[in-house]
Amino acid sequence: MVADFTRDERVSALIVLGGLILAGLFMAIAGRNDLLGVHGWMIAAAGLWGFFAMVRGFGLPEPPATRLAEYYDAPTRVGLILTLLWGIVGMGAGFWVAALLAWPDMTFDVAWLSFGRLRPVHTSGVIFGFGGNALIATSFHVLQRTTRARLPDAISPWFVLLGYNLFCVIAASGYLMGLTQSKEYAEPEWYADIWLVVVWVVYFAIYMRTLARRKEPHIYVANWYYMAFILVVAILHIVNNLAVPVSFGSAKSYSLFAGVQDAMTQWWYGHNAVAFFLTAGFLGMMYYYLPKRAGRPIFSYRMSIVSFWGITFMYMWAGSHHLHYTALPHWVQTLGMAFSVVLLVPSWASAGNALLTLNGAWHKVRDDAVLRFMALAAIFYGITTFEGSFMAIRAVNSLSHYTDWTIGHVHAGALGWVAMITFGALYSLVPTMFKRERIYSQKLVELHFWLALTGTLVYVFAMWNSGVIQGLMWRTYDETGTLSYSFIDSLVAMHPYYIARALGGLLFLLGTLTALYNVIMTIRMPAIGAHDPQGDLPAEPALQAGE
Amino acid sequence: MPFDHETIVGFAKSFGLFYLVALSVICLAWTYWPTNKKGFEEAAKMPVLEEEDRPWH
Repeated sequence: MVADFTRDERVSALIVLGGLILAGLFMAIAGRNDLLGVHGWMIAAAGLWGFFAMVRGFGLPEPPATRLAEYYDAPTRVGLILTLLWGIVGMGAGFWVAALLAWPDMTFDVAWLSFGRLRPVHTSGVIFGFGGNALIATSFHVLQRTTRARLPDAISPWFVLLGYNLFCVIAASGYLMGLTQSKEYAEPEWYADIWLVVVWVVYFAIYMRTLARRKEPHIYVANWYYMAFILVVAILHIVNNLAVPVSFGSAKSYSLFAGVQDAMTQWWYGHNAVAFFLTAGFLGMMYYYLPKRAGRPIFSYRMSIVSFWGITFMYMWAGSHHLHYTALPHWVQTLGMAFSVVLLVPSWASAGNALLTLNGAWHKVRDDAVLRFMALAAIFYGITTFEGSFMAIRAVNSLSHYTDWTIGHVHAGALGWVAMITFGALYSLVPTMFKRERIYSQKLVELHFWLALTGTLVYVFAMWNSGVIQGLMWRTYDETGTLSYSFIDSLVAMHPYYIARALGGLLFLLGTLTALYNVIMTIRMPAIGAHDPQGDLPAEPALQAGE
Repeated sequence: MPFDHETIVGFAKSFGLFYLVALSVICLAWTYWPTNKKGFEEAAKMPVLEEEDRPWH
């Protein structure tokens, strides 16, 4: 990494890391009587580690000018590995909290092992750790290949990748210590939020600067999706996290919003996090890697553009469907419901576009587990978006809201769509990025595929059943007009499904572990064109003629 | 004009409606404009082109 930096970049890196150390020390001192201090020391340690790495490599020769004739893929390689590591952390935490719901005693009276603290480690771990690293890693790859231009410099992609992971570590460790601002998917406190804004602005700047240097005049549609993801996430993140800290020495802050405005802002953020983090970004991934792997151009490029604008116009308005039957004005609920239903059009246009691209290449889908991951992702994307539009209808929502049906819906999207497209892209990227001839074991990719599919189906069916049962039990009245079931009755009814859900999650986690093993073994294979230590020489004859 | 609930609702229901309709019309017209067809078809081939994996100069 340091060897890729020019002298000027090494100096800039030292200044940035020095600043990080100072910021960490300031937090550690100002927050010495607060949990903020712990994070301060962690940030200072991260900065110090980077600073020493930079000092040690400072005297290395500058990178040769020939590097400019190559794409810059080192951050993508590291990002792919971080994706898998966070996947295991996030999915492992997910499995654990699923088990906690079935067997609540497993908290063992330890505060940081409680459900409330571990659950955001799961959600942030999979969304931001796993999903975010996958998006950063693949976006750098797609951006360079479709603009035919190298990233503008070496330092900013590393700043984005490592800075983003620092944010993820601060977030996850904060949850375990009990730090949260209690906004779903936006739990990290004010100082982590400010840091993420800095990282995110640099990320968007990389995109703009590379596009400005592009050699290919047309901006391929995948880049539009990636840019929508970066830009909108920045807007959502800034607005929803507007807060006033108690003091500069305190981790605690209070939101600028209150009451129903707070709820609306939160779900405007929350739903668009699904729309632009978990949908637009991964659609960008799909629109590049699926045609590439199938060896066929996207079925309709024009349909992909219409879907893009459809999704960006409409998702923004859909968030209020999270607040049906609340203090939110009725017309705002109806607005969210209407936009959610219409959203089915661009969503199915994308899912259909992907499947129609595969039409004629089904033999490849059958033979190639990597392409099958992507095909399955498109199918689950279609299923989940249909389900989402359906659940946003007020009457349906009256049954599904606050039940496990919602959890089932989210995981059909997260496991079936987001993770499947990520694994498809990851498996097709790893051999080329690490300059290996092929993936270590195609059989293990097959195994992973079936583990992931089985895990997803077990999970989703368990939650659908559980959710509908829960919803019906909560609305069943007897002839005297009183509720037939107590809350505990519904909890008992859900217990078998909770065990099934934990099993589904475990299968999915085992699949991810298989992927990590396969990727590590791929990296350990000899590189293409590497010198063969045996040499391409005839074997020594065991016995000379005439001996 | 007071910045209250009624004003915001009025704005959203009038300007918001025409704004989204206009954006949709512009987007559809641009996408399906006959002269743009060829360029889009070329662009669609971008991921599947087999060529050297390095930046253009």
